[in-house]
Amino acid sequence: MVLVFIDVAEGHVKKASFEVLTYGAKLAEQLSTTAEGIVLGSVTEDLSALGKYGVKKIYQVNNETLDHFDSQVYTNVIAQVAQATGARVIVFSNNVDGKAVAPRVSARLKAGLVSGAVGLPDTSNGFVVKKNVFSGKAFANISLTTEIKIISLSPNAYKIEETVGSAEVVPFNANVPSSKTKVTAVNKVSGEVPLTEAEIVVSAGRGMKGPENWGIVEDLAHALHAALACSRPVADAHWRPHNEHVGQTGIAIAPNLYIAIGISGAIQHLAGVNRSKVIVVINKDPEAPFFKAADYGIVGDAFEVVPKLTEAIKKIRGAA
Amino acid sequence: MKILVCISKTPDTTAKIAFTSNNTKFDAAGVQWIINPYDEWYSLVRAIELKEADASTIIHLVNVGLADVEPIIRKALALGGDEAIRVNTDSHDSFYVASQIAAIVKQGAYDLVFTGKETIDYNGSAIGGMLAELLELPYISLATKFDLAGSKATVSREIEGGEEICEVELPVVVSCAKGVAEQRIPNMRGIMAARTKPLKVVEPVAADVLTNVQSFGLPPAKAGVKLVAPDNVDELARLLREEAKMI
Ligand SMILES: Cc1cc2nc3c(=O)[nH]c(=O)nc-3n(C[C@H](O)[C@H](O)[C@H](O)COP(=O)(O)OP(=O)(O)OC[C@H]3O[C@@H](n4cnc5c(N)ncnc54)[C@H](O)[C@@H]3O)c2cc1C
Ligand SMILES: Nc1ncnc2c1ncn2[C@@H]1O[C@H](COP(=O)(O)O)[C@@H](O)[C@H]1O
Repeated sequence: MVLVFIDVAEGHVKKASFEVLTYGAKLAEQLSTTAEGIVLGSVTEDLSALGKYGVKKIYQVNNETLDHFDSQVYTNVIAQVAQATGARVIVFSNNVDGKAVAPRVSARLKAGLVSGAVGLPDTSNGFVVKKNVFSGKAFANISLTTEIKIISLSPNAYKIEETVGSAEVVPFNANVPSSKTKVTAVNKVSGEVPLTEAEIVVSAGRGMKGPENWGIVEDLAHALHAALACSRPVADAHWRPHNEHVGQTGIAIAPNLYIAIGISGAIQHLAGVNRSKVIVVINKDPEAPFFKAADYGIVGDAFEVVPKLTEAIKKIRGAA
Repeated sequence: MKILVCISKTPDTTAKIAFTSNNTKFDAAGVQWIINPYDEWYSLVRAIELKEADASTIIHLVNVGLADVEPIIRKALALGGDEAIRVNTDSHDSFYVASQIAAIVKQGAYDLVFTGKETIDYNGSAIGGMLAELLELPYISLATKFDLAGSKATVSREIEGGEEICEVELPVVVSCAKGVAEQRIPNMRGIMAARTKPLKVVEPVAADVLTNVQSFGLPPAKAGVKLVAPDNVDELARLLREEAKMI
């Protein structure tokens, strides 16, 4: 059985969970077994509807302690469910929660972990999973031989697929230890698309000259329902918040579309964004290294091009 | 207060990534090694700041690696820290490394263990979590702020679209991301002092290796950029819609 960890925030199933559910179902098919889900804590949405991603059964452990994320408590409970249900593969999203829990579960169950997987395993001869290494500059094929195997899937690396189907939601009675961490506040930037979940990212660099010029970047992002990002010097100069810094030493992202405005395309920047499916570069310097990594480009002044692009996008979207 | 800071080495961020031995080994020829930026810029500096605030704090650095890491360890010691421990073994895989560090933590009775968010070469972001589980300790990952009052830590951690603030009693394992501290440059005094700081070498404990790298590869090269004239922005919108099917 393939057990998929369904990640929830404030009662809502995260988008990353739809990816791992689809992935888990495909993997189960490949291994001629079934895929089942596990969800911890209360959820406001209808869990049985997640069956459309291909899982037949979802174990839910409902206990107040689990409404707050604690990697230690979560690991304990996931291990109980995995052992009771005979899970052979456990799938997580390599998102913030997955990065905290998957390694713990790996250590607890002595189960080999591949974090940041980018595709289904090759099971023709063993069990080999492809993952990103060197911040997206290369990949590695990792072989797992442990009895239980853990995969944490890179966000946006696997396409969500919906079919028809509904999952049976099974309450699971687990021993829930008390939590040693106490969450005292959750601060969300409201109305914004989380960077790691975004399908489109609009990013800008030092070419914008100063924080007061970000209006045109934000307008473009709004028109595209995109998340905002920036280069490292921009975050270091406090023009933009740290959580927008992408690159080798910032957040690594892999959106479908990445639009880079006034960013030179230094190797450390590229390392965090080069897995984007389509890259658009707007830069006034035709020699900017970013053009080598781009699919589409405009050599021009951002202050002229970006507002025009926003209008063009509004027009084409409105016309559809 | 005893803090253990986990230090790893990675190729310089501009290093050319290539592989040898039939794509099974990283080609280290001509590669400059650096301290993993997350370890150097954030976790180590935060530990040093805690010591600056309370001089009784002891900072040890640990690395699991062979003798070739020693220059990197000395560089870390030049920033700060009282002594370093090197576990004399190849770093095999995350679980193996975590098991080695767990043994050090148990022996040294540390109150706080810092790791970096991830190594920029292997990108595992796994060792902190594994270590916490082996030690049966709480783990706060992707910390962007870390404060200490007595034995209570207040930590902000990254979540999708924001941050979460939590409180936890020591001992705890924390992985550090940007925000926890600001990068520092070692000064001459630090560099001189580092030469005489103890660097202990210990032998590894027996531990399992759970994963094996079978091969490496490079992503396919881009086909080349399609340029659109700056006075023809509508064309870019059209291409993004009709050709790339992105908007
Ligand atoms: C160890 C290490 C780690 C690093 N990690 C990261 C990382 O994670 N992320 C990251 O981003 N960087 C990182 N860097 C920094 C990186 O090397 C570059 O310095 C940085 O990415 C440059 O940012 P930038 O492109 O915004 O600025 P610049 O390099 O100054 O480029 C600005 C660009 O804007 C263009 N421009 C100027 N005016 C206009 C205009 N009016 N219209 C259009 N274009 C214009 C210019 O032609 C230029 O190409 C790291 C560096 C090191 C050493
Ligand atoms: N060989 C090592 N020795 C000591 N610490 C390490 C080693 N490898 C990784 N670490 C620590 O674990 C963190 C996360 O590494 P990783 O899980 O490999 O991404 C790093 O930032 C280091 O703090």
